[in-house]
Amino acid sequence: MFFSSWPILSIIVWLPIVAGIFVMSFGAGRASVARWFALAISVLVFGLSVALLPGFDTHTYAMQFVERVPWIPQFGINYHLGVDGISLPLLILTTFTTVLVIVAAWDVIKEKAHQYLAAFLIMEGMMNGTFAALDAIVFYFFFEAMLIPMFIVIGIWGGPKRVFATIKFFLYTFLGSVFMLIALIYMYFKGGSFSILAMQQLPLSMNEQILIFLALFIAFAVKIPMWPVHTWLPDAHVEAPTGGSVILAAIMLKIGGYGFLRFSLPITPDASALLDGMMIAFSLIAIVYIGFVALAQSDMKKLVAYSSISHMGFVTLGIFVIFMIYDNAINGGSGIHMALEGAMVQMISHGLISAAMFLSIGVLYDRLHSREISAYGGVVNTMPWFAAMMMVFAMANVGLPGTSGFVGEFMVILAAFKANFWIALLAALTLIIGASYTLWMVKRVFFGEIQNQGVAELNDVNPREAWMLGSLVFLIILLGVWPNPLLDLMHATIEHLAQQALTSKL
Amino acid sequence: MPNEFPTIAALNLMPILPEMILAGMACLILLIDPFLPRYGRNVSYALTLVTLIVLFIVTLLQMSSEVRFSFGGMVVNDPMSDLMKLVSYVALALVLVMSRGYLRDRGMDKGEYYMLALFGLLGMMILISANHLLLIYLGLELMSLSMYAMTAFKRDDGRASEAAMKYFVLGALASGILLYGMSLLYGVTGGQLMLTDIAAALSSDSPSLALKAAVVFIVVGAVFKLGVAPFHMWLPDVYEGAPTAVTLYLATAPKIAALAMVIRLLVDGMGGLMLDWQPILIITAMLSLVIGNVVAIAQTSFKRMLTYSAISHVGFIMLGVLAGTQAGYSAALFYTIAYVVMSIGAFGMILLLARQGYEAENLDDLKGLNDKNPVMAFVFLLLMFSMAGIPFTLGFWAKLAVLQAVVGVGLWWLAVYAVVMAVVGAFYYLRAVKFAYFDAPTDTAAVNPDWNVRGVLALSGLAVLYFGLFPTSLVGLASRAFGG
Repeated sequence: MFFSSWPILSIIVWLPIVAGIFVMSFGAGRASVARWFALAISVLVFGLSVALLPGFDTHTYAMQFVERVPWIPQFGINYHLGVDGISLPLLILTTFTTVLVIVAAWDVIKEKAHQYLAAFLIMEGMMNGTFAALDAIVFYFFFEAMLIPMFIVIGIWGGPKRVFATIKFFLYTFLGSVFMLIALIYMYFKGGSFSILAMQQLPLSMNEQILIFLALFIAFAVKIPMWPVHTWLPDAHVEAPTGGSVILAAIMLKIGGYGFLRFSLPITPDASALLDGMMIAFSLIAIVYIGFVALAQSDMKKLVAYSSISHMGFVTLGIFVIFMIYDNAINGGSGIHMALEGAMVQMISHGLISAAMFLSIGVLYDRLHSREISAYGGVVNTMPWFAAMMMVFAMANVGLPGTSGFVGEFMVILAAFKANFWIALLAALTLIIGASYTLWMVKRVFFGEIQNQGVAELNDVNPREAWMLGSLVFLIILLGVWPNPLLDLMHATIEHLAQQALTSKL
Repeated sequence: MPNEFPTIAALNLMPILPEMILAGMACLILLIDPFLPRYGRNVSYALTLVTLIVLFIVTLLQMSSEVRFSFGGMVVNDPMSDLMKLVSYVALALVLVMSRGYLRDRGMDKGEYYMLALFGLLGMMILISANHLLLIYLGLELMSLSMYAMTAFKRDDGRASEAAMKYFVLGALASGILLYGMSLLYGVTGGQLMLTDIAAALSSDSPSLALKAAVVFIVVGAVFKLGVAPFHMWLPDVYEGAPTAVTLYLATAPKIAALAMVIRLLVDGMGGLMLDWQPILIITAMLSLVIGNVVAIAQTSFKRMLTYSAISHVGFIMLGVLAGTQAGYSAALFYTIAYVVMSIGAFGMILLLARQGYEAENLDDLKGLNDKNPVMAFVFLLLMFSMAGIPFTLGFWAKLAVLQAVVGVGLWWLAVYAVVMAVVGAFYYLRAVKFAYFDAPTDTAAVNPDWNVRGVLALSGLAVLYFGLFPTSLVGLASRAFGG
């Protein structure tokens, strides 16, 4: 590539942050300039992240586009960036979702629009930094810092109980992550380096591994979120503005899953193997129990929030079921790769689907200012195009073949069969439960007679919304029928990761 | 055998040139001020600032990586003292610039204020460079007496007078305890007053009961000025009762001098007894963290909240000191400098919101700051997140440095305790941000238009952000201060 000598990852990380601070200075009077500027930057960053693909070598697990300069030599911290097959798809998902969020806010956010856009640009840069970081402190730096813009977004533009929700969100995540910080510092003294790759090679005793695993577990389990530390998520989602919900569901939850893949499995393989029963149990509870909780919701956003927790259960299940597959050793352990790849596909797919669901709810909310299912009914009569697209999203959420939702869940369930029949059976229940809560909501909101005056006066999606949702329809179906490019992208990395996870450090 | 007192020529006055200039200028300001026009203390103010600039330059020129003793070993100049003095000058100058309008509006703009501020600084400088128990006591008293007088500066204000009285009584008690510890130390070491000699005399055997008592008394006296729990009782009342401009003074430069005193006494003087003072510091640090963070949650007064937050911050500083390594001391110094930068901004916010006849001391007064002035609100946001220790701000690196030092000596459980307390503390910083960002303004009063205040606040916000991204230079300075 012609720009192969550029620090392209740094640009992807820092350009949105600098641009965000610049947008903040526009003032409320120039909201329109701020919108176009923010859109231009986000599209540019998306373009740059996609431009990584042609130069990306899918045959190696090694980190690519690596940048490394000393940052704080006294503390042993290097500014170390790079991507591999698991971080690159998530990076592109982040830059893509940010474009959507900025488009979604276009006419909707009127109050302090420049600050809103600035918050999302800054957040984008921080999330990119989290995925690209190869130094543990750089990772923590971005991991923690992204709470600030999200705190502000929920707090300023959120619903009536936004203050409670945003403080709960912040403290929950902060409490989780500080233990990780101590674990990282401990490993620094053990191995003499903050490099994540060096930590993965670090020999650790079983007791150390268990403590480190638990510290990392608290951080990532809160973030992803796993049952029973999920309670911040419904609150945050319900109160957050549409853009906040989209970023929260599509990207921030993935950082938890990414953390398990990048830190927990390779750094503490023996502790992961020891405690996999706990992880699988929590995942199954999330899939089944939280699925039933979703069924009982009357608020659309809350329903999708619970459905997110349930779907993220597949990610953690896919990640931690590999040890049981390995022990069973059926088919030479081929299910191991399938489980990990299924978890990754599920993350990408859920990023698209949850973004789509929250954007759709946002489209309805902008018109009638209600998220209650009972406030709607018969929307298909006045918004046929919107209903058609929503149907695709709902089907993808259910996991219908042909959509991206199917690929990830199916791979994880299939892999789970190689571990244990009952685990697979419980996981597969999601196909019924997910269909129940999703389709029941769609039925109540979209079909039937027009319920009230408000619904009767609805206008169908405007071109802006059509583009926004249409692009997601396209990607969800594309990934559903042709997931191979994504699988190829991550295959070498997943293979290496599985090998690391299954090699004992003792 | 007593030392022969050296002649003037052998004294080598150069190392204490900054102190001499300062003492001379403070006296000069005291002398000429009565002859100046009755209103407006422009000349005294300008002279004070010029003095600080001159001091800065002189100290900068004298900087060296060597340890220089003078006055027969009583005064020590080392990289730590150079850095601490430079930071103190800058902090004091910024505080005075910011306070100017506040003092004028409240009829407190008097020559004595500047004179006291300078004598206080002189006390701090003596404390920072002391290598002798008497000199430490001298510096401490000079600093403290100036601060007592400044607290009571608004003579007719009942609250301020009460605060000054409380400060004076408790401060005198602490000084007494310190003196008692010093006298025990003097006895045990066979008549040593010089810290380096004390260190040499202590280095061998297991400590006697008298020596242990000396350690306890000296630790108590030394940490009192920092406001470490359980010796923090004076802090909330004094900070809240004192006029905000004085609070700003108390909360910044003296913290550096207080840290210097702790390091001189405990590390330079009694470094060999680390195993005896470390557990005491662990207890005080743990108490400071829990009392500071938990009690701050209950406050409705912003000023009082910041005071309790100060107690929790010194808990972190103590963590760095008790690690007992080069990394720990430089982490403590780094944290203190970071705290000074942050508290200039945070207490300065009160000046921003205050106006003639109204002291904006409550959290409610922050409401709608983002609507009134987005730039200042953003500065406020940065300061609060920095105090909470969130990345992208200086406060994160300060906490990281301390945690790294503590984990480095194997006290990882203490680090876990500290970060849990930091999460507790995050709550009230978030709540302060909530008032500034999420609540609508309750009044239409504009924020203080004084560009001195706004300028310094913007500067502190920029510093927090700049050092949040590029902390290397500051970390390097703090680590060189201890020969790193």
